[in-house]
Amino acid sequence: MTQKKDISETGLPKQKPDKKANDAWILRLYVAGQTPKSITAFKNLKAICEEQLKGKYQIEVIDLIKNPQLCREDQILAVPTLVRKLPAPVRKIIGDLSNTDRVLVGLDLKVVS
Amino acid sequence: MDKKKIASTVQTLPKSLTGIQGLDEITGGGIPKGRPTLVCGSAGCGKTLFAMEFLVHGAMMYNEPGVFLAFEESEKDLAVNVVSLGYDLDKLVADKKLVLDHVHVERKEIEETGEYDLEGLFIRLNYAIDSIGAKRVVLDTIETLFSGLPNPLILRSELRRLFQWLKEKGVTAIVTGERGEGTLTRQGLEEYVSDCVIVLDHRVTEQSSTRRLRIVKYRGSTHGTNEYPFIIEETGFSVLPITSIGQEHTVSSERISSGIPRLDTMLGNKGYYRGSIVLVSGTAGIGKSSLSACFSDAACARGEKVLYFALEESPQQIMRNMLSIGIDLEQWEKKGLLVFHAKRPTFYGLESYLTAMHKAVNDFKPMVVVIDPLSSFIIGTNQFEAKSMIMRMVDFLKINHISVFMTHLTTGVNDYTGIDISSLIDTWLLLRDIELGGERNRGMYILKSRGMAHSNQIREFKLTDHGVELLDVYVGPEGVLTGSSRITKEAKEKAEQLLRNQEIENKQLALDRKRKAINAQIDFLKAEFEAEEIETLKNIELNKLRENLLLQDRVDMAKNRKGDIVIKTSSITKPKRNDAKTK
Repeated sequence: MTQKKDISETGLPKQKPDKKANDAWILRLYVAGQTPKSITAFKNLKAICEEQLKGKYQIEVIDLIKNPQLCREDQILAVPTLVRKLPAPVRKIIGDLSNTDRVLVGLDLKVVS
Repeated sequence: MDKKKIASTVQTLPKSLTGIQGLDEITGGGIPKGRPTLVCGSAGCGKTLFAMEFLVHGAMMYNEPGVFLAFEESEKDLAVNVVSLGYDLDKLVADKKLVLDHVHVERKEIEETGEYDLEGLFIRLNYAIDSIGAKRVVLDTIETLFSGLPNPLILRSELRRLFQWLKEKGVTAIVTGERGEGTLTRQGLEEYVSDCVIVLDHRVTEQSSTRRLRIVKYRGSTHGTNEYPFIIEETGFSVLPITSIGQEHTVSSERISSGIPRLDTMLGNKGYYRGSIVLVSGTAGIGKSSLSACFSDAACARGEKVLYFALEESPQQIMRNMLSIGIDLEQWEKKGLLVFHAKRPTFYGLESYLTAMHKAVNDFKPMVVVIDPLSSFIIGTNQFEAKSMIMRMVDFLKINHISVFMTHLTTGVNDYTGIDISSLIDTWLLLRDIELGGERNRGMYILKSRGMAHSNQIREFKLTDHGVELLDVYVGPEGVLTGSSRITKEAKEKAEQLLRNQEIENKQLALDRKRKAINAQIDFLKAEFEAEEIETLKNIELNKLRENLLLQDRVDMAKNRKGDIVIKTSSITKPKRNDAKTK
């Protein structure tokens, strides 16, 4: 269950730091099957991206049940885990992404106030 | 061993052998099969090694592949750490007998944003287990998750699920945990792992450290409840149950000399048994080392290799000192028959010292091992550990048919050994001071000697310039006479003997004289008799002659008168001729 979404470029939100303005965002969401948690996480992620990164993000959803070896390769313990592959550095966010503020902090989209 | 048999006959809990020396004995066959076991202890007490040995032994000896999930160390570090024990983890991994997986959790990189679970860990573990068909799993140290992941509530329920899942999976698992304050583990893992809990402990008392192991809980099985000392030696983890190891070695009936002929005589005329444990105990300066030197010397002279553990003196000092009693150990050292191993146990610590001893014995392969003195192992109050360590060592040597000669310094008369190891000893010589008549002398007796008729005599011995010498026994009203009183007694006896000899001589002389006198008398009487005999015979002859003459006269007269026959004359002339002959 790998989904890819490319969305055409639009205006950038104000909170976003300038240095990452031109970078493409690659986000990976690791889930274990179609559980309520993973569905919630995907929904939340999509909403946040649409709002903050419209047009310049790419989401890969990886089902660990189908690719168990990736657990070890990508050091995944908790699910759902969202990994920001690009821009560097790599960041990991766990949970169903329902706390939007924390997701933004985790993705480095918002400075902790 | 007995427990194991009982366990298997009663058919209690299926168990999984750990292959760790001693542990399988005290647990009656290992840890519960198909269930998680908690191994906890403070930092540096050997949890990871314990777990690793469990896996490696499983993979190598019991054909049970294993998964090591490391939360603290990387795969590389783990492999390097156990290389010294002779385990090649890389090879086991390549042979698909072992999976090492480092679970890297970094709090800084992780942001929690809502509900989560540890399904990823489950999938990961499941994948690892299935990839090699693992039967054993180690989670080392899973509590790290608490510092790496937020929301302990979720973690707790996830861990509970994990242990349940491991049980369902049917793998034998070891979960390690760091010791907490007032609890066995920091996060109270003991609540979840309820089948078997083993606590490892590393204590320092009076500057000496000892490791101890205790089985706190073992559901559904009997187990040893004591704290057992354990050591981490060259061959790995080794728990020391006191009575169960090494009772099945073969014994030799060959006898070897003690190096002192008269002592051999006391020991049933032949000396010690080969492969037996000889202990010499005594107070300071009594000659324990001299006895060990005698024994070493005799062994080397037979061409046997001797490994001499000098715990208090340097080899040079020993060789010099022994030269003074006429024992040249240097020649054997030069020939390579005698090797000294001189290090104080305090230098290494008890555990490492025994490891070093093992190594030295394995490298040199001696037939005789001398430990001089045993008492050096006791540092502070570690008697119990010292005892078990010595027992372990002695067992090891016995199994290898090595004769062991140990000395032990005692402080008082009734203090036989500070460490109660009498049951280990086959032949026990006791050296003691005999204070009598204002002087101190050396006495020796055989306290016990298994399997031989031995003398019960207390003997005085001397260190002479040609070795150790056992002296004759003089028993006085106070017991055995030693030193000056012995010499006095000896002198007295000598004088008495001299006197007796003189008396005998005198008597013999008198007898001789008498014999001579009698002989002289006999000679005199004989001579007298002979003289008398001659005289008498002469007289007889004379009378006979006279008779003849008379007869002749009568014949002549008759002739003259011509009155008788002639025949008579012829018969009378015959004796005349005979007389002439005799004269």
